[in-house]
Amino acid sequence: MPRPPSPSIPEKDFLFSTLKQNLRLDGRLPLEMRQPTLTFGPELGWVECAMGKTRVLAQVDGKMVKPTPERPLEGIITIHSEISPMASSDYEPGRPSDEEVTMTRMLDKVLRRSDAVDKESLCVLAGQRVWHIRLTIHCLADAGNLLDCACLAGIVALKHFRRPEVEVMGDEVTVHHPSERAPVPLAMHHTPYCFTFAYFPDPATQAILDPSYLEQRLSAGLLSIALNAQRELCVVQKAGGVPLAPDEIMRIIDVAVGKAKETDKLVEDRLREDWAGRHVEVR
Amino acid sequence: MTSVLPGEVVHAQHVNLKLGPGLLQEASVDKENVIISTRAGDLKHTANNRQWWVESNSWRYIPAPQESVVGTVIARSGEGYRVDIGSAHMASLDGLAFEGATKRNRPNLKVGSLVYARVSLAHKDMEPELECFDAQTHKAEGFGELKGGFVVRCSLKMSRLLLDPNYFLLPFLGSKFPLDAAIGVNGRVWLNSQDPRHVIAAARCIEKLDPAGENVGEEGLKHFLATLDI
Repeated sequence: MPRPPSPSIPEKDFLFSTLKQNLRLDGRLPLEMRQPTLTFGPELGWVECAMGKTRVLAQVDGKMVKPTPERPLEGIITIHSEISPMASSDYEPGRPSDEEVTMTRMLDKVLRRSDAVDKESLCVLAGQRVWHIRLTIHCLADAGNLLDCACLAGIVALKHFRRPEVEVMGDEVTVHHPSERAPVPLAMHHTPYCFTFAYFPDPATQAILDPSYLEQRLSAGLLSIALNAQRELCVVQKAGGVPLAPDEIMRIIDVAVGKAKETDKLVEDRLREDWAGRHVEVR
Repeated sequence: MTSVLPGEVVHAQHVNLKLGPGLLQEASVDKENVIISTRAGDLKHTANNRQWWVESNSWRYIPAPQESVVGTVIARSGEGYRVDIGSAHMASLDGLAFEGATKRNRPNLKVGSLVYARVSLAHKDMEPELECFDAQTHKAEGFGELKGGFVVRCSLKMSRLLLDPNYFLLPFLGSKFPLDAAIGVNGRVWLNSQDPRHVIAAARCIEKLDPAGENVGEEGLKHFLATLDI
């Protein structure tokens, strides 16, 4: 099947007419997001994030490699993301779809290029040994707004991950097994979160946060804002042809700041809960 | 109640045996017919052991003749339409398969219209075919284009439950507010009402009750509907 069929005319008309009355199909307010649920796996750095029926699995692992000659003092972070047909029957394997390209670029900007992880702290022995942190994102189900869910899963996985402790004696590197010495968390500069707002062709319709699958398909444009709880903007991306006034963008950013604070609190609480329930044995 | 896996031999015996979905009769080498299941699920039969079938839940619709479905018109092709009914292949709907349609006077469906139709032909090697009338009487019998309203997607089991006359949801919702519904066994339910809030409420109820989703049950649903502002 080349492209998934677009939503039918009655669905489109109904969605637009209800949005005009500030009603959403899942009973949310226009600027209300689905509450994210974070589930941690048995290993550190294994996080499943669910927002409604959208589910993303993120996994982090680290290994030691030789750094690139251009940057001998910095660790390497790579992000692997792929939208497989598992997420929805709309996606096909092989050639990456437009959604996948957008998501890969946004994940790269939000998680890697925003300098969330301190790359210099990943250096073990200058020019010889650095950590290579690999983040793998699996999209399990797409029910709208896969990007925000994937960003949240990715950043939480990075925060949850702990790498083994290493000791450097001269030129000799000793990696301690987690059972010998407690593994150490990655040094993080900040935690950016991504929020997506959908705009509709009718300018009288208000922007909505965290669009569902149908809302996303019928929207005229998406505005994704990545920022942290300290009001520092990382990425603003707008796709689609809806013209926006500067005031509108400022208003949306204020909304996103509030949401970032809420999400940050939720993430910190969940991480603390999970850490308290874990027993890391140190001999 | 027994559960079966695909390929399992089912010992169904009756002089006048009728097999339903999920069961297949296979002739073995020694000329003895065995019945095997083709999908996983619960094996059910009528009280007199005459009819047997396998009950399961899934998201992907496999067309079967005489089932009512809700579909979206994807394209016009010559005399007819191509309709997406959620199966692996598009279904075709002839332009003359409507009540009162003649060569000169045919319904004009746009791409993106919704239709409520019956599967008239479902063969494993052919595209499914739909019709919007009863082939004997040439009357619409409720089939045809669906105007306005909204479509909810649910699991196939949920749509079968909604068709069950003893199931509580539709009479219960009907006692609260007026509601039109067309249930397709392909997991699509069309809903319409004067007030869009009623449509949203009904759609959310169906999602809440879905056996493949939250499955809140009758008490949970009544509690949920009381929290809605309708």
